[in-house]
Amino acid sequence: MSNNRITIDPITRLEGHGKIEIFLDEKGNVDKAFLQIPELRGFEQFAVGRPAEEMPRITPRICGVCPTAHHMASTKALDDLFKVEPTPVAKKIREFIYSTFMLEDHTLHFFFLGGPDFVVGPQAPAAERNILGVLNKVGLEIGKKVIEIRKQCRDIISYLGGKVIHPVCGLPGGVSKGLTEEDRKKFLEVAKAGVEFAQFALKIFDDIVLKNKEYVDIVTGDVYYHRTYYMGLVDENNKVNFYDGYIRVVDPNGKEYAKFKCQDYLNHIAEHVEPWSYIKFPYLKNVGWKGFVDGEDSGIYRVAPLARLNASDGMATPLAQEAYEKMYETLGGKPAHNTLAFHWARLIEALYAAERMVELLEDKEITDPNIRNIPTETPKEGIGVVEAPRGTLIHHYKTDDRGILTEANLIVATVNNAAAINMSIRRAAEKLIKNGNVSDGILNMVEMAFRAYDPCHACATHSLPGDMPLIINIYDADRKLIHQFKRNVK
Amino acid sequence: MSKPKVAFYWCASCGGCEEAVVDLAENILKVVEAVDIVFWPVALDFKRKDIEAMPDKSIAVTFINGAIRLSEQEEMVKLLRKKSQLIVAFGSCAHLGGVPGLANFWDRESIFNRAYKTTPSTHNPEGIVPQEKVTVDGKELTLPKFYNTVFRLDQIIDVDYYLPGCAPPPDLVMNAINAILEGKLPPKGTVLSPNKSLCDDCKRNETKPEKLTIKEIKRPHEIMLDPEKCFLAQGVICMGPATRTGCGERCIEANMPCRGCFGPTDQVIDQGAKFLSVLASIIDVNDEKEIEKVMDTIVDPAGTFYRFSLPSSLMRRKRMPSVADNEK
Repeated sequence: MSNNRITIDPITRLEGHGKIEIFLDEKGNVDKAFLQIPELRGFEQFAVGRPAEEMPRITPRICGVCPTAHHMASTKALDDLFKVEPTPVAKKIREFIYSTFMLEDHTLHFFFLGGPDFVVGPQAPAAERNILGVLNKVGLEIGKKVIEIRKQCRDIISYLGGKVIHPVCGLPGGVSKGLTEEDRKKFLEVAKAGVEFAQFALKIFDDIVLKNKEYVDIVTGDVYYHRTYYMGLVDENNKVNFYDGYIRVVDPNGKEYAKFKCQDYLNHIAEHVEPWSYIKFPYLKNVGWKGFVDGEDSGIYRVAPLARLNASDGMATPLAQEAYEKMYETLGGKPAHNTLAFHWARLIEALYAAERMVELLEDKEITDPNIRNIPTETPKEGIGVVEAPRGTLIHHYKTDDRGILTEANLIVATVNNAAAINMSIRRAAEKLIKNGNVSDGILNMVEMAFRAYDPCHACATHSLPGDMPLIINIYDADRKLIHQFKRNVK
Repeated sequence: MSKPKVAFYWCASCGGCEEAVVDLAENILKVVEAVDIVFWPVALDFKRKDIEAMPDKSIAVTFINGAIRLSEQEEMVKLLRKKSQLIVAFGSCAHLGGVPGLANFWDRESIFNRAYKTTPSTHNPEGIVPQEKVTVDGKELTLPKFYNTVFRLDQIIDVDYYLPGCAPPPDLVMNAINAILEGKLPPKGTVLSPNKSLCDDCKRNETKPEKLTIKEIKRPHEIMLDPEKCFLAQGVICMGPATRTGCGERCIEANMPCRGCFGPTDQVIDQGAKFLSVLASIIDVNDEKEIEKVMDTIVDPAGTFYRFSLPSSLMRRKRMPSVADNEK
């Protein structure tokens, strides 16, 4: 057995760092590959002893990039815990804030993080493969549009939620702040601009990716391909929903495998532990953990944009539905197993989010001042779910009679994809590294395998350089460094 | 003249502090022009040898967010200290310990037990927990050590300035960057936000009665919150009196009380103790039993008064037989 070892140390973010270890066999082909997440903060433990109503203010600190998702999942868990129904307008305000957040997060990912691979090109020089390269290609005006729409969305969340980084407005049975008629009109302008912007982003995808055969081949090729189960929230018509509904799972053939309320999640989802990572690996309990393999017999499932579209029967708004149909037509039907199509699905979801903002704001009831129902029941146990940008997110709390937490369990969005991301990296490495040959070009191709998931470890690349710095070290059998490839490393 | 080198690094944190930098929006372009960002946002090369190869003090300023929870974080911040002229603790976690600091009510074993064994969705019959070193199919993999205790940054390295807030608001971030670029720096150790209490700036201060007194504590979800009246006057815990100003009262603007993310003013060593003394002065009952009754309505004093500052408290952590004093 050879000790050949490649370390890709992207030192990315969020749940701390991510580290990829690739082991080669004696012929120099890939033997094993691991994505390790070397970070844990222990929220499930230190939530114990805290008052339930504080959880929407504590749990967003799990993720400062998608704090709104944790805030909403937590707030909904409190509705369930206190058995209090939010007022109709409170639900609308929450869903409005949430849609605004999804629009902002998704479009940003496309332009700043995932998009550069396509817009500038996977083979483009590394120095151009970032937001600045995108601006060069599509023009500075568009860059300004991106910054502007993002700022407007984030200002809405700040206004209603207090802070866009860690909102505070969610209470069991409602929200702490309502909208005036003036707010409604102002926000409606933003929402309409959002619809236009999302359509425009899809057009860029169309022009730059779909009209380029080389890119289409990469998207539909077998390097980034896994037949897995898919999970996502759907409404009563099986349409994609971010804020509420049933959790639906389809099998690799697209057939409904399960559909359940989030309160039943323990009957469907289990988590596997490995000694080499601080992250856990969720899987479908009734299929079982079969290791890091895909197919019908493996309980590994995927979440986030493409998974949500695969797990649904369509989009609830007209323009997004049109885009949905076009995507599946191009990809050759449903479900699509092409990992890189996550980028496309993300833009379709952004369009849905913007259309949903308009719908909610055109309903004048959203200015109703009746924003809260005060809970009266004795709390015991509550579970809440939302679709975070990066996938299904579940918060589960148990409390004593006073509403003090005795237990907390969290199934966090990116974690759902942890096993699939590991598989995707291994597959990309296997397909691309042959006979010990590792070229600089492979760095971005391996990187693309996990960037499609927009994993939280990459969230911070929502900022300037959209390109993940990477190092690959190759060691010989004596663990001596024989080659080093660097990109974006100063 | 070459542009000053600037670095960003994160430890036990959520990524919100990076977003706070991105939220500078159009100003970010000005910053990028003025400085040479050597690490950020995904802080490029963290191989120790590459950073070690830089001359000492060659980075003008390093902004570090997050608390210190892992061996790798300690090693990295010590290295960055050596390579940087200035270190700014960025955000509540680096400044005070932050929300991850609430883990100081527990130890490593209880956190691991919870995360990897007793959570209801976890299926782990063999009781596997992550290991610092493990061999899988003949391959050796390593993880950094998870400490028993969470530390704020200046408990590990010398810190020059502090930018408070969870997350710090864009105007304070911009002020700090400008001050550094223009060399108009206040004395070392300064917290870069006005040294007065949140109440001094709060719009609701006018509604605070001359002599504020309360007879019972209400939790935010139990009552309809008046959008204009001082929270303490409504009987709701608001950390304003024990908290530094500068945040723009963002939570209060959304009609929710302060939880103290800016930490205390310079005059206060222990934020929780300060708030306790505030409470003692406004609770308007004298009978000992009545006082006890009121205190019973404060359901989680330690987790509320030290929401962001447990590692900065005089106690630093809950005393547990499993953890020796100052042990990592």
